[in-house]
Amino acid sequence: MAAKSVIPFGPQHPVLPEPIHLDLVMEDEHVVEAIPSIGFVHRGLEKLVEKKDFQEMVYVAERICGICSLGHGLGYCDAVEHLMDLEIPERAKFLRVIWSEMSRIHSHLLWLGLLADAFGFESLHMQAWRIREQVLDMFEESTGGRVIFSVMKIGGQRRDVPQDMLKSFLERFERMEEEVKVIARTFMDDAAVQSRLKGIGVLSADQAEALGCTGPFLRASGVARDIRSTGYSAYGDVHVEPITGTVGDSYARCDVRIREIFQSFEIIREAVGKIPEGPVEVPVKGFPSGEYMTRIEQPRGEALYYVKANGKKFIERMRVRTPTFANLPGLVEMLKGCELADVPILILTIDPCISCTER
Amino acid sequence: MKVSQSPWILHYDGSSCNGCDIEVLASMMPHFDVERFGVINTGNPKHADILLLTGSINAQTAPVVRQLYKQMPDPKVVMACGICACDGGIFKDCYNVMGGVDKFIPVDIYVPGCAVRPEALIEGVKKAIAILDEKKEKMKIAMKQGYCTVDYGRLAVHTTAEDYDAQVQSDAEPTEETEETAGEEKAQ
Ligand code: SF4
Repeated sequence: MAAKSVIPFGPQHPVLPEPIHLDLVMEDEHVVEAIPSIGFVHRGLEKLVEKKDFQEMVYVAERICGICSLGHGLGYCDAVEHLMDLEIPERAKFLRVIWSEMSRIHSHLLWLGLLADAFGFESLHMQAWRIREQVLDMFEESTGGRVIFSVMKIGGQRRDVPQDMLKSFLERFERMEEEVKVIARTFMDDAAVQSRLKGIGVLSADQAEALGCTGPFLRASGVARDIRSTGYSAYGDVHVEPITGTVGDSYARCDVRIREIFQSFEIIREAVGKIPEGPVEVPVKGFPSGEYMTRIEQPRGEALYYVKANGKKFIERMRVRTPTFANLPGLVEMLKGCELADVPILILTIDPCISCTER
Repeated sequence: MKVSQSPWILHYDGSSCNGCDIEVLASMMPHFDVERFGVINTGNPKHADILLLTGSINAQTAPVVRQLYKQMPDPKVVMACGICACDGGIFKDCYNVMGGVDKFIPVDIYVPGCAVRPEALIEGVKKAIAILDEKKEKMKIAMKQGYCTVDYGRLAVHTTAEDYDAQVQSDAEPTEETEETAGEEKAQ
């Protein structure tokens, strides 16, 4: 038997846009153990609640992560709104759903691009990101920002989206859907891609559940759990069916995410059809008090927001548990026994977002 | 504009929220396409001309950033992208944020924005190419006159990281050169 050697992976590594460090204990080409060390992006933003009041914290919450920025704002606002007994208008709720789904589309396309890059399909990588730009354009038109929107606020939305703009979005999504179908064919049917993804990093449903994984990572193993079906915001009014895979390998994860993109198109279509007219915000009076926990479904899985306040301007405690944090144990388990060349792909298949993991 | 060389970029995320990172990547993609200036995103510091940093610096990333900077060959340009990299931004008050990039390595170009816009980034890269040219020229002259030592010490256009460290410890001031360019960029 070969001697064991340790290969450091990261924090600066070509496949990682973000810093994470793994010590890979190797035996020949096989990984025996992976020891992650995190903390490169820790900022300590939860403690900012002492310096920024509960309204300003929305901006900080949005900057937990730049990819799911909208969802983080939503989760925090939702928690504080519950503490203050604010019932936000229906239109605002629907807008939140539409924007959340747009986030999901752009996040999944981004992931598909990175995956293509990891298995060496440069042009596919570019195509995925090119399609993604269209979502960012729509975000910019409707919210004013490309990645950080600052459109969410406690009590509703900072701005309304005119009805005809929503209609025009639908047309554009239609065209986008066709384009996604084209690249999806390569991801799903290409023999070279399949050989890189099929049977790589298998995680069974039991393992995934026991390790507390969430999101597409969990659903690819066959567990139908999607927080959207709890019906927060206006998700109760649209049709959401958790999308699951069966095998739990990298290919299944890719498949689940691609199908989720199409599902998001559907949800947006439904939501735009049902969105009522009316105001998008309610006035906010007083300060929050009490404790509340919100769960929402981010593109990467379930995120949890805990807020504790005592009727003062500054809330007492905010706590965020993000999906990548829950998925890391799954990743470490998956890495055991894999080949070194597959490590980048396996890291990618959990769709890691380090900045929100470490906050 | 005149592009005299194809600068390769090394991107490192100090402790950003990710927003700036994806914008950096997005600007390399077909829509904005900085590759038309010959810019390539490389993972190897020894190949890179421009160090592109996003996010502020904390105790754990400081040595990494310093090491990457040292590993890059001269002449090199450092770009701080996003308000976090410029001075800490919204996370300035956080206990684990030590401030902007310029506290640790000399910064040539500041690109503000939260998140930084790809258009701004491209403008920054354009300026970086100009600065790179300037530095190259100065280095050539210095070499001809025999000022320039092998590690391009003080007399060369660009102080090495060790020099910078020594300087920071002695007078806690960035070099004159970086201060000048910093002022210029910030004013814009
Ligand atoms: S400048 Fe803004 S978008 Fe960029 S890393 Fe900082 S908080 Fe994120």
